[in-house]
Amino acid sequence: MAVKDYLRERFLPHMWCPGCGHGEVLGGLVRAIENLGLSKNEIVMVSGIGCSSRISGYVDFHTLHTIHGRALAFATGVKISRPELKLIVPMGDGDALAIGGNHFIHAARRNLDMTAIVMNNRIYGMTGGQFSPLSGENISATTAPYRTIDRGFDVVELAKAAGATFVARSTTYHVQQMTETIQKAITHKGFSVVEVLTQCPTYFGRKNKIGGAADMITWFKDNTTPIGSKAKQENAALIERGIFVQIAAPEYCEEYQKVVERATKGRK
Amino acid sequence: MAKPKLKRHHINRDWCKGCGICVELCPKKVLELDEQEKVTVARPQDCICCRLCELRCPDFAIEVETQE
Repeated sequence: MAVKDYLRERFLPHMWCPGCGHGEVLGGLVRAIENLGLSKNEIVMVSGIGCSSRISGYVDFHTLHTIHGRALAFATGVKISRPELKLIVPMGDGDALAIGGNHFIHAARRNLDMTAIVMNNRIYGMTGGQFSPLSGENISATTAPYRTIDRGFDVVELAKAAGATFVARSTTYHVQQMTETIQKAITHKGFSVVEVLTQCPTYFGRKNKIGGAADMITWFKDNTTPIGSKAKQENAALIERGIFVQIAAPEYCEEYQKVVERATKGRK
Repeated sequence: MAKPKLKRHHINRDWCKGCGICVELCPKKVLELDEQEKVTVARPQDCICCRLCELRCPDFAIEVETQE
């Protein structure tokens, strides 16, 4: 199937701003699914609220557009009732780690077999450019006219500590790597987290005078480096990208099935 | 493997929002924005069919077709 066969073309062009990275993530995600040759019927995409979460409207899978921060909670319900389906949960940075922070760490802890994609543009775009827990220090936003003092979360470290069994990071500059990473995350058995650094030229770029969409993408090229590279040892400020964790661990639905068998033993 | 040869660029003008990502990040500077801020192929002879424009376009507005 071609990329467009996975899209609901009647809803395109999408509502994202010109140059928004979310469209690139959508492209990478759909290409990953195309490469894996998955059927549209075996995929459920669950999203919450925000610019990023509008992604579920544009894909022709089973889709759920749910409440703010709770996409993983809804996805947990779907997965437990229908463990054979592939769950993909794209979330924005605020949706995943501010409003849905608790759901995020506990989904990771349980090691449910699903793919969480954190589309990190470091800002709340839909509501007008407020800073998020991933903005980091010294960032200008509509709610921080004199720049932020808050430290940002490190999605990778947080997911690792919470127990996710696949943790990776990519960017919208490295589109091919992003597609490959999402592909590996979907095939991984267990809770996979892929953080994709993406650009919000409308709010983050303009407020912080980084320039247009292409300049923001180039920023990802200049400020990220593969895991364990020599450049990272020389410049600690560089953001590492690649696969950080890929381990096997008992998956929640399988363990739960064992409980069901224990409980119904001798009574069937 | 032989180098892919360009057949044509398919551009969906209704979906293009003129963000300029493809224009600025094309390694061979093949593309340009026209007076309506939509992408056009200015120098097709320079295209190396790397497909980075297609992969980076947030709007699915550009597709590179190569000869079989």
